[in-house]
Amino acid sequence: MSEPDAITATEITEAEAAALDFTAPYFHGQYPIVVKGLKTSFGEHVIHENLNLTVKRGEIIGVVGGSGTGKSVLMRAIIGLQIPDAGSIEALGMSITDARDDEDIDIRSRWGVLFQGGALFSTLTVAENVEVPLKQFFPEIGDALRHEIARFKVMLSGLPEEAAAKYPAELSGGMRKRAGLARALALDPELLFLDEPTAGLDPIGAAAFDRLTKELQETLGLTVFLITHDLDTLYEICDRVAVLADKRVIAVGTIPELLATDHPWIQEYFNGPRGRAAKSSQERGRAAKSSQERAAVRNAGVDKSADRGA
Amino acid sequence: MRDWADFTSEELDGGAVRIAFSGPLTVSTIGIADNRLRAIEAAVTEVDLSQISDIDTVGAWTVWRLARDHDAVITGTNDKADRLIAALKGASGTADIHPRRQAFMRRVPENIGSLVTSWGHGMVGITGFLGALIITIGDVIRQPSRLRTTAIIRQLELVGISALGIVGLMSFLVGIVIAQQGAVQLAQFGAEMLTINLTGRISMRELGVLMTAIMVAGRSGSAFAAQIGTMKLTEEVDAMRTIGVSPMEALVLPRIVAAVIMMPLLGFYAALMAIVGGATISAFTLGIPFMTFLTRIQEVVPIHDVWVGLVKAPFFGLIIAMTGCYQGMQVKANAEEVGLKTTMAVVQAIFMVIVLDAFFAVFFSEVGWG
Repeated sequence: MSEPDAITATEITEAEAAALDFTAPYFHGQYPIVVKGLKTSFGEHVIHENLNLTVKRGEIIGVVGGSGTGKSVLMRAIIGLQIPDAGSIEALGMSITDARDDEDIDIRSRWGVLFQGGALFSTLTVAENVEVPLKQFFPEIGDALRHEIARFKVMLSGLPEEAAAKYPAELSGGMRKRAGLARALALDPELLFLDEPTAGLDPIGAAAFDRLTKELQETLGLTVFLITHDLDTLYEICDRVAVLADKRVIAVGTIPELLATDHPWIQEYFNGPRGRAAKSSQERGRAAKSSQERAAVRNAGVDKSADRGA
Repeated sequence: MRDWADFTSEELDGGAVRIAFSGPLTVSTIGIADNRLRAIEAAVTEVDLSQISDIDTVGAWTVWRLARDHDAVITGTNDKADRLIAALKGASGTADIHPRRQAFMRRVPENIGSLVTSWGHGMVGITGFLGALIITIGDVIRQPSRLRTTAIIRQLELVGISALGIVGLMSFLVGIVIAQQGAVQLAQFGAEMLTINLTGRISMRELGVLMTAIMVAGRSGSAFAAQIGTMKLTEEVDAMRTIGVSPMEALVLPRIVAAVIMMPLLGFYAALMAIVGGATISAFTLGIPFMTFLTRIQEVVPIHDVWVGLVKAPFFGLIIAMTGCYQGMQVKANAEEVGLKTTMAVVQAIFMVIVLDAFFAVFFSEVGWG
């Protein structure tokens, strides 16, 4: 294995690789995503009007909103797949709205995107999927290292080792999401976009995916832009939540801060039966944890919140 | 200019080596240094990270792998490096990247075997489909109110009316080619006038219907397979069944009826257009006036030639619609299969049409319509 690699090493010299250079320096600013005055529309149908959103570095921001409020469209606009009618978008300190296609490619190596259905390339195995961005952006990486990277990314995403050589069609929905996450993480991005990562997963799988997201965010120091309908995800892992309604972001903040506002949609969203269930399950989780720490009356803590009728 | 990851190796006592990394150790910078690291043959006892400016999982992996392979200690780590290396320790594997392929000597016979069995299954499947179709036709005959008139009319339009333009143009051009090429050859015997016989008889007997069948297979057969296949994928067909609507009645029968009705009409129209094409080119290059050509056609083309074409056409329509619908119904897994089955529908339909045409050619000459 190592012999052909030694040959590739001589094939690409440093000078040649420098010509391929499109890596910008690591982003050290406060706000990796800044959206100002965004307007997007499909024909007559206006999706966003004067939308503003600022994401802090190192946080997990949850984006919520009713169906059709343009959560995915907002994500597509930020990653440059949807050209807005007006407004400016900055990601990692670079303007997406002003950049031309070939210019903003250098930012693309610094974010990872998990699409709703996983969007894995169906003719490639999971590991080959992970290798695609590596090959695309860093051709100087030898085959041996690239295979190793693909393997550990697959395992970091919580997939069993054997999944690496499987085709997406052979995986379950939850495993496909994890495989999509492995590809999104292939380039060690600073920014991670997740579009409804827990949709369609069973509650156990969804909770495991939440934990994985949080762990990876802490280990790798990611900023995560997370679109979700899952109230448990919001309570468990999101630092802040942005609420999309009336064609713009009507509020951004922690859940208690949002609850303090009197917008009817927010109240209905978090105080509806599902919102209350998610909240009490989070409290129950916390209660169980703290009682474990005190090594006492664990059962009392669980029973009490169970009485509250979750 | 990219700031590459770099390292220096320092010889310690006893041939051992100490590697000191510098610069950023990230996915974007590690590629070249990694190739050099793999070439190190001496035993590495210490890996020093105190000079690095940045590290990510790929950098941490490279460091950890080096330490693991050489059984070396890692020194000078910062918090981030520690955290990443700890996370990676649990994630090292040796799994295959590519799916395992069987050996060539085994793969080839296996593929041939599965091809042969799939032919067998295909025969059984299409026979079953034909049976289901006949039962459905029987049901509809007993209860004519179950016939989906609207769906049939819609399919008649799609299969027939909207094909008029392309079928007409194609036949017109084919007529030109036959007349022109025929005239060149027949002129050698001084028999240009036989061009009329040639064009008229071949259009009516064979080409009109055959070319139409190929066009309908390409236009409508493929559409049937793709529509029904997509409906299978989106579980629309299953939904129909649960509601009590028979897919054979609602989807398959209207398409087959439409194709069977439209094929003779389109085939006859195509033959006429081919004759018009031949007459046009003859008027220009052979000096046979347009109207003379048409009058002469009436004299030289026996009426049974028209019947030969018209009798074959409904069978071709049946075959095209049946393969289209059958292949559509076979779609099970994914979008790729829709494409695959659509291709198969068209290829099989055209192939079977030509086989059947050969059969009819022998049959009609035996019954004296030669």
